[in-house]
Amino acid sequence: MNPWPFVIAAYGVAIALTLALLLWSFASMRRAEAAADTLKRQ
Amino acid sequence: MHALANPARFLRYARPATAWLLLVGGALAIAGMTAGLTLTPPDYLQGDTVRILYIHVPSAWLGMAGWLGIAAASVSQIVWRHPLAAIAGRSVAPAGATFAAICLITGSIWGRPTWGTFWEWDGRLTSMLILFFMYLGYIALASAERERGGEGRVTAIYGLVGAINLPIIHYSVLWWRTLHQGESIGITGSTIDKSILWPLPLTMIGFTCLFAAATLMRMRAELAEAKVEARLRRMGRE
Repeated sequence: MNPWPFVIAAYGVAIALTLALLLWSFASMRRAEAAADTLKRQ
Repeated sequence: MHALANPARFLRYARPATAWLLLVGGALAIAGMTAGLTLTPPDYLQGDTVRILYIHVPSAWLGMAGWLGIAAASVSQIVWRHPLAAIAGRSVAPAGATFAAICLITGSIWGRPTWGTFWEWDGRLTSMLILFFMYLGYIALASAERERGGEGRVTAIYGLVGAINLPIIHYSVLWWRTLHQGESIGITGSTIDKSILWPLPLTMIGFTCLFAAATLMRMRAELAEAKVEARLRRMGRE
């Protein structure tokens, strides 16, 4: 059995899920901090 | 720890720490994965499949460490009523759930060429799957309790009780000997050859930094949301 499709699939899943977590965390942080800043300036 | 329980002081450290953790974590994870895919030799028994080790082991560690963080935050909340404890617990949960999922999926992919099956109901796999479902339960419970305006004490008790699963996961390979291999990496040493093992600390530290960065970003988001809610309440009263 060729192991490389399994290795590539495992790395693909790990990288995709880690990036999704970081991007979601970053986007929610930016959105919340921008809303707090806007309200502070009012 | 007690000094950082002040939200303003916490943010003073969290803002620069987030960027540094992302930078260092990204660099180390990429270096470790590249080295693991290209520079290490294949295993004499498993061949190139062993390269899944460099992502599977860090995700298993972070899946378990995440719940350890939730348990510590729960103790802080129940015993000392730290203002940041509930926020810390809620912020660790999505990262812990993600890495528990990565551990389950990469382990399953590793199992097919090694064991001949994607899944087996053995002690380690089942207890890890339970951990993943416990994360989902924690996220749902924390969200429901927050919407009702609760202090998060029920969630904290759930987080503390759930820590019972951690020693079960750790010792599962000793208690129930089925498909999953026994402990190959311990505190004192490893049974894996150094020529294969050396990129593992890079991915371990790298993914741990990324986990911490994701948690800090969630904490910052929750603090900002709380600030907005408080200000809107104040404006409504005026």
